[in-house]
Amino acid sequence: MGGHSNWPEWIYIGIVIALMTWVGAEAWNVERLVEHIPADAEVIKVTGQQWFWSFEHEDGTKEIGELHVEAGKAYKFEIYSKDVNHSFNIHDYVVLMDAVPGRVNTVWFAPDKAGEHDIQCREYCGLIHYNMRGKLIVEEPSS
Amino acid sequence: MVLELQKPRPIWQIMFSTHHTDVGLLYLIMSLGFLFLGGALALAIRAELFLPGAQFIGDAMTFNRMFTVHGTTLIFLFLLPFASAVGNYFVPIMVRYKDMAYPKLNAIAFWMIPPAGALIWLGFADFTWYATPPYSIISAPGPAADMWIFGLKILGISSILGAINFIVTILKCKHPDMSIGQVPLLAWSFLSSSLIVLVAIPTFAAALLMLLTDRLGVSGFFNPAMGGDPIAYAHLFWFTFHPEVYVLVIPAIGMMYEIIPRFSRKPIFSYNSGVFAFVLLSVVSFSSWAHHMYATGMSFTEKTVFMVGTLAAVPASAMHVFNFIATMWNGRIKFATPMMWAVGGIALFFSAGAGGVVNSAMPLDFSTHDTYWVVGHFHLFVMGTIAFGSIGYLYYMFPYVTGRMYNEKLGVIHFILSFIGTILVFFTQHILGLYGMPRRIFDYPPIPEWIAMNQIATVGAMIIGVSMAIFLANIIYSSGKGKIANTDDPFGLGGKYYYPFEQKNPHH
Ligand code: HEM
Ligand SMILES: [Cu+2]
Ligand SMILES: [Cu+2]
Repeated sequence: MGGHSNWPEWIYIGIVIALMTWVGAEAWNVERLVEHIPADAEVIKVTGQQWFWSFEHEDGTKEIGELHVEAGKAYKFEIYSKDVNHSFNIHDYVVLMDAVPGRVNTVWFAPDKAGEHDIQCREYCGLIHYNMRGKLIVEEPSS
Repeated sequence: MVLELQKPRPIWQIMFSTHHTDVGLLYLIMSLGFLFLGGALALAIRAELFLPGAQFIGDAMTFNRMFTVHGTTLIFLFLLPFASAVGNYFVPIMVRYKDMAYPKLNAIAFWMIPPAGALIWLGFADFTWYATPPYSIISAPGPAADMWIFGLKILGISSILGAINFIVTILKCKHPDMSIGQVPLLAWSFLSSSLIVLVAIPTFAAALLMLLTDRLGVSGFFNPAMGGDPIAYAHLFWFTFHPEVYVLVIPAIGMMYEIIPRFSRKPIFSYNSGVFAFVLLSVVSFSSWAHHMYATGMSFTEKTVFMVGTLAAVPASAMHVFNFIATMWNGRIKFATPMMWAVGGIALFFSAGAGGVVNSAMPLDFSTHDTYWVVGHFHLFVMGTIAFGSIGYLYYMFPYVTGRMYNEKLGVIHFILSFIGTILVFFTQHILGLYGMPRRIFDYPPIPEWIAMNQIATVGAMIIGVSMAIFLANIIYSSGKGKIANTDDPFGLGGKYYYPFEQKNPHH
């Protein structure tokens, strides 16, 4: 390239490519692991609509705005939307998945200890998007 | 070059002119007007978010309209037309041709923008700059939404016309003595970004029409209630707009390629590597669009493909950074205003890219997506890199356009305040995103970390606001009353190869 020696640039590009390869490989590996849903995960149906979240447990119990789960269990969310796009988010547990009308998206998590966490909507959905919030209440294991 | 303000002409002579420098001047003035309009909205948004609770913007709807129009304005009515201003002024001169290839088409492309801007501002839509269905179909209030759609439609056509003009001017009208390998990097940047426009924009143009007919209820492409799929829109939108971010950044890099060697008083380190990186970027920019859609429920394989496509663009961007640093290395650098903006812009470009790599890594994106992190990320590009490069270039071309010098001290103060402000706002927003604050929210719960970060960001924004007021005063005052510039060497750099452009405008 050019008339002059360019080896520092080649070394530099080599380093950048190596770094990106490492980031990509690492991300691929982690994502593969976190996407693996445990077979015994309990299903919770999550429905987003302007502008609140509602939940339905496997046993048929329904909740609005609040979600009660037990520490130490795995849960699989099936996410629906009744109107426009929303995004179901429990930031403390890095749970994030869009609620898209006409589709069912899934994501899972396993809360490890009792406590309260925020649930929020992270995709713009109109007037009260800013307050489409809820609470996740993780309880001590029952048995 | 035109010395517009030394030989005053009636305004209509400039308005009805098709000469490239006149059209360039129109682009320049209009884009700066929209910079200040869009910037005012940003300050209002930041002021509202200073504390939780409603501050002075009455309701969420007004707030939502404000950030929608803010983003639309600064991307389509400031950054793009500013680049066109620079391209109009300099591309014909750099390829040694008397004008753009199609002067009338050029003027038409410009005159499409003000009506489009009026549609966007008078409508004041609320559905964010990506108008996501089904919200934009079933929920967004008209006529604002429809006016936005028409506005964007017009802007898209204007971009395509402009791109055709640049491509033909560079490839077909360059001086016969000049090989394509001698065309300056700034012109190369317009060639690359124009090619991206031609490939990318038609997709969104189609999506806009589909969105409009969906809103009218005669089709249901993106409306699930009629069997459509909103995710299809997301693909069409990002197929256009991921490459479009390179349409914005490539000319800004081109501007830095003008500034940095001149003020380092050294030739560019590697012209070939600059050309190669431009061309490479314009190709790989098409391989990454769905990195905006990791959380829409894509399969693991799809996500992986787009992650690899995104990471593949990084070496090309990194080549530019290397080229700039290698050019400055051992140079006799003069830190005049344009150089400060360019170097500051490169530093922010680097930090922005580092944040982009984090977004690209699939598992990390689930922490950052649609939080303030993303707002911080792309503002480090659009403000920190593209606006910085553009403003630096504006100072650089100022003596050529006006025949006068701006006030150097005020230019430096403008830079220092903007640089500090940009770091305060957008670095802080990255952290705010990690604390989980979603973007596009009118109000937030009183979480102490959120309040603190929002306040720092608001203070930063006000500092930028002050610096921009200084900037405005400086350019208005100096274009009429500034010191007469020595147009052979306005920045006192000496040497012969710094200003290879013709000084006289054959038009006058
Ligand atoms: C070259 C200049 C760049 C510009 C102007 C730019 C601009 C943007 C914009 C506007 C968005 C947000 C769109 C939105 O949601 O409204 C965005 C998001 C993103 N950018 Fe960039 N970007 C640039 C470079 C990069 C680079 C170099 C990378 C990666 C190495 C990158 C990776 C991403 C990713 C992964 C997202 C999606 C984040 C998310 O929504 O979760 N960007 N960028
Ligand atoms: Cu929402
Ligand atoms: Cu992108």
